[in-house]
Amino acid sequence: MGEETVSIEISKELYEKVKKYIEENGGFSSVREFVEFVINEVLSTEEEAGTGYTKEEEEKVKERLRSLGYL
Amino acid sequence: MVSKPHGGRLVNRVAKGRRREALLEEAKELHSIEVTKNTASDIHNIAYGAYSPLQGFLLREDYEHVLYDMRLSDDTPWTIPIVLDVRKDEIQGVKEGDDVALTHEGQILAVMKVEEIYEWDKKEFARHVFKTEDPNHPGVARTYARKELLIGGPIDLLNPLKHPFDRYALTPLETRVLFKEKGWRTIVAFQTRNVPHLGHEYVQKAALTFVDGLLIHPLVGWKKPGDFKDEVIVAAYEALIKHYYPKDSVVFSVLWMQMRYAGPREAIHHAIVRKNFGCTHFIVGRDHAGVGNYYGPYEAWDLFNEFPDLGITPLFIRESFYCKKCGGMVNAKICPHSDEFRVRISGTKLRKMIRNKEKPPEYMMRPEVAEVVLSFDNPFVT
Repeated sequence: MGEETVSIEISKELYEKVKKYIEENGGFSSVREFVEFVINEVLSTEEEAGTGYTKEEEEKVKERLRSLGYL
Repeated sequence: MVSKPHGGRLVNRVAKGRRREALLEEAKELHSIEVTKNTASDIHNIAYGAYSPLQGFLLREDYEHVLYDMRLSDDTPWTIPIVLDVRKDEIQGVKEGDDVALTHEGQILAVMKVEEIYEWDKKEFARHVFKTEDPNHPGVARTYARKELLIGGPIDLLNPLKHPFDRYALTPLETRVLFKEKGWRTIVAFQTRNVPHLGHEYVQKAALTFVDGLLIHPLVGWKKPGDFKDEVIVAAYEALIKHYYPKDSVVFSVLWMQMRYAGPREAIHHAIVRKNFGCTHFIVGRDHAGVGNYYGPYEAWDLFNEFPDLGITPLFIRESFYCKKCGGMVNAKICPHSDEFRVRISGTKLRKMIRNKEKPPEYMMRPEVAEVVLSFDNPFVT
């Protein structure tokens, strides 16, 4: 089952800018992917402010540390 | 609080999810450059943040600042230029601004945006980094063997290689989380390329007395012939920790990074890298990262004084020895007795004994450690 989504409007001008950026630089398969990436980056930065990593990352790391016997 | 990453933020250039898939797809069509195992380890260290704040291989401006001033162009301390060397024919058709794929043994490892292609003077590099142009110096010899051009720019790691010691391979993020979970606020790192003798144990425990935890962090990767093999170092430390260390105050992990034998400059580099792993203190011993007689025994200590803004505290601990009168391991600062009572642990002597399959005496090496080391047919790099 696919992830639930919502629609957000952005200006046509910004959309075209992103599209052009992707065409020139690659790394993203669509404007949507680019926007999701940027939002995630910004949110991570906020979450990281105190500790240097997000809660989600921390949990994944703890899991690996447990599996290796460090925790 | 553990150390803040060097430059303020832990770098993460490991591509994941859909972005990784898109970059991988693109990489298949890109011009590719095959990289050595040492460069592959540099790519991993950049991507996982061990080399924070580096995002990739140095551009010329940073390269020159590091070479001449031991700082990046924004004044952040950095002493070893992390560079990617290529032959002209390997980058035929590649121009600045292009993306290239970096491969290892034919497999795509990473992508890199080539922001700059520039020439370098290897002798000048050697003179500044190693303080000698002597080709008998192992680091200099390897520098002279490198290719004629450098390419700089950010990288994205797409396919991490299987770590030679996966069980002990922790990333800077992982050690940071680990230290936090253990409740450690002060952590001292011990860098090594040797099997542990009693002098090492003394130094580590002396430092540990004053902090919350100890990270024993040997380098695995290229070393010169005659040094101990990685697997021997790992096995020897497993034995030492099992029998002689309190479990709740020591973490053993390995760092995949080549030895450069650049003495004082490399000592600073080793400290910066451990800062990125979250350590607050770093042990600097006698002739740190040295080889032969190229550097003074305590020259690295002086260089640390030029970096008050390093962000990790060096612990200068003198060479230790066994004093018959004191009845234990001591150093010249705390032992008043004369040379006739002092028994020095010579690395050369120790290696010779091991080469001859002789068990070193207990004042030199723990019997459990000696047993492990002697169990290897040839414990030395050839």
